[in-house]
Amino acid sequence: MTAILWLIALSVFLGAGGLALFLWASRSGQYDDMEGAARRILFDDDKP
Amino acid sequence: MSGAALVQDPAGLDQGGAAQAQTATCAHCGGATAPGQRFCCAGCGAAFATIQELGLGSYYRDMVRDTLARRLQPASEPRADLARHICTAADGLHELNLAVDGLQCGACVWLIESVLGRDPSVTAARVNMTTRRLRLAWTGAPEHGAALVGRIESLGYRLVPFDPACLAAAQDRTGRDLLRALAVAGFAAANVMLPAIAIWIGLVSDMGPATRALLHWVSAAIALPAIIFAVRPFWRSAWGALRQGRTNMDVPIAVGVTLVTGMSLVQTINHAEHAYFDSAVALLFFLLIGRVLDHYARAHARAAAEQLIALQQSDVGVLEPDGTLVRRDAASVAAGSRILVAPGERIGVDGTIEHGDGLLDTALVTGESLPVAAAPGSRVFAGTLNLGGPITVRAAATGGATLLAECVRLMDAAEARRSRFVRFADRVARRYAPVVHLAAALTFLWWWGIQGMALADALLIAAAVLIITCPCALALAVPAVQVIGTGRLFRRGVLVKSPTALERLAEIDTVVFDKTGTLTDPALHLVSTHAPDTLRLAAGLAVASRHPLARALAAAAGPVVPAGDVHETVGAGLHHGAIRLGSAVFAGGAATATTPALYLARPGFAVERFDFAECLRPDTAATIAALAALGLEVRLLSGDREPAVASAAVGAGITHWRAGCSPVDKVAAIEALQAAGRRVLMVGDGLNDGPCLAAAHVSISPSTAAEISQNAADVVFQGTSLAAVADTIRTARRMRALCRQNIALSLGYNLLMVPVAIAGLVTPWLAALAMSTSSLLVIGNSFRLRSLR
Repeated sequence: MTAILWLIALSVFLGAGGLALFLWASRSGQYDDMEGAARRILFDDDKP
Repeated sequence: MSGAALVQDPAGLDQGGAAQAQTATCAHCGGATAPGQRFCCAGCGAAFATIQELGLGSYYRDMVRDTLARRLQPASEPRADLARHICTAADGLHELNLAVDGLQCGACVWLIESVLGRDPSVTAARVNMTTRRLRLAWTGAPEHGAALVGRIESLGYRLVPFDPACLAAAQDRTGRDLLRALAVAGFAAANVMLPAIAIWIGLVSDMGPATRALLHWVSAAIALPAIIFAVRPFWRSAWGALRQGRTNMDVPIAVGVTLVTGMSLVQTINHAEHAYFDSAVALLFFLLIGRVLDHYARAHARAAAEQLIALQQSDVGVLEPDGTLVRRDAASVAAGSRILVAPGERIGVDGTIEHGDGLLDTALVTGESLPVAAAPGSRVFAGTLNLGGPITVRAAATGGATLLAECVRLMDAAEARRSRFVRFADRVARRYAPVVHLAAALTFLWWWGIQGMALADALLIAAAVLIITCPCALALAVPAVQVIGTGRLFRRGVLVKSPTALERLAEIDTVVFDKTGTLTDPALHLVSTHAPDTLRLAAGLAVASRHPLARALAAAAGPVVPAGDVHETVGAGLHHGAIRLGSAVFAGGAATATTPALYLARPGFAVERFDFAECLRPDTAATIAALAALGLEVRLLSGDREPAVASAAVGAGITHWRAGCSPVDKVAAIEALQAAGRRVLMVGDGLNDGPCLAAAHVSISPSTAAEISQNAADVVFQGTSLAAVADTIRTARRMRALCRQNIALSLGYNLLMVPVAIAGLVTPWLAALAMSTSSLLVIGNSFRLRSLR
């Protein structure tokens, strides 16, 4: 029974971590330009 | 103007023939070039050299040209006033936001960012491909910004500064709120499944009541905060509707989710067998997906429409009292200022001509296709194109007795009279919500009052009825189609600004067109015929000028070798040695034309006249025929003179037409049609069409339209093809059909499941399964829109 309690807490904690990451990403504007993000990966960033 | 002047773009045909003969395209902009030339103009050659010099030549390998975007040809447009838009932070960092015109593909983003990144003073240069905007930050002198912008403009892009605060889409709070609610609901929906599946399996295996209660509490701990957070957008909308004594789709959703959550909590406290937390959260998650996609598709289209208007706004040259010329934003020009309007420039403000004789093209303002002469003292309006010599205009106070003020007043009045349209989904919800709530109430009364069941159990069955009928599929039925439909149109250059535009468009039975700039091409065309050598010679001079007539001449000739050493006498013409091209006086001939014309004089030949006129768009007649085939009646209302309108109507194949309409006449005509029970689509571009666009059931504008008209229109289409109108109507009709199918599907599913729910046989796993299947079915059906040709 204690194992279940631990595992439930762990899984919820991991999920909440993912949620926090997503909220941070959306707040920092990473979802503002989906089209650009999809195409940027095609180009090398060859700054000298 | 004669019928012959409205033949379908003779110049365009010539150009096509020339392009077929030699398929030379410019190495930079991809435009047609003269045989043997690598570039179409010196600007393109310089841009190509700059890119190679910076070692960014792979750009040409990677780029994909976008036919809807502006060609990458550097043009010497007057530079906008940057200084006013530069924000300087406390740490000396200057920031500038610019709208970018001419982005073709991802390679352009890379090119712009790389070019700017090479400059050591630039700390940030980021192009947003979705909104087509560039954020530029640099250190050092604020004046350096102009050099940076100039560097990008020399590559062929056009940059227009804007104030991020004044663009509504930039501060998209609703979108962020919805996205956050979606994230929270998604998190909870995924995690609540862990205890939920354990409970479902536990029901058939050997799970003890204590473990089940624990898992219910875990579900509640995850789901409750998430539901309270994510249900807010629905309650906000439902409350707004209820307060006005109406219901909409959000009322059954909000009530259903809240009741189910409350019941599940009571069940959990009572250690009962069933709780529906997973259904409630999953329902919110599904609905929020639809809501978020719908919002972003529309925000995307609105941002693109704002971008179009921002790019159209050009600065005006203000003559300061000390005689210097300063370029300013049209909005910041004070009444009484003196404005210098160069030949070929659009007048940016309303006012009176103080100095200079102009030939004004008022097509965008009054719908008049022939330029009118204007002398000092004449009133002029913003949006008028100056075809003559330079003029000085004294800016009038805004408002008052101007045409613009009258149009704004008419528009406000028309909008107020426009019937309040109820969305299809809400019309369904109006009938649906009371029936569902009544069914749930009767179910409860039956089990509690007549069958003598315990209060909590009877409430639970009533809640199950609400879950099963909670219109998840019903609420997704319309947005799913909308998202796919608006996305499809967006890729074809059609921007749907209003959320209900496509629903209204599917209902129309009459289409009213404006003539000038809508049925006809906004640019003038060469209509006289000339020997190829003469035309090429004249075009060689004309390519050096920005004057609309010179541009039309150059376009008609196709690719030509520019004559070097061309001098322009502002407002008169061009000369290259002894060859002169320009006004009659400039060329030394007699003015024999009443229509816009250029005269070419060269030693040993008679003076030759080039006539210009408006032409129908190449696909106008085909589009009118397509609209008739869709069962629509097409009419033409124009502010232009009768002969011009008559010949346009004949050329386009329209039998019902009226000429010489004032803005008031046009609105009256539209309203008379609507009073007769017709649903009217108005397609127009002029300032004088603004009130009609607001009065009609639904309205479409080309992206070349006056700002006020673009704002009033529900849909804006880009590009030169009028076929977009027929295509949009066809898509709208198909969308309506799919919406109806979707609603039938979800109602049918409800009909099937409601008896099961009323009988009290629905368990949480069955509810979850049934809900997901119906939603997926509806979304899958919506994707059939993609198969529309």
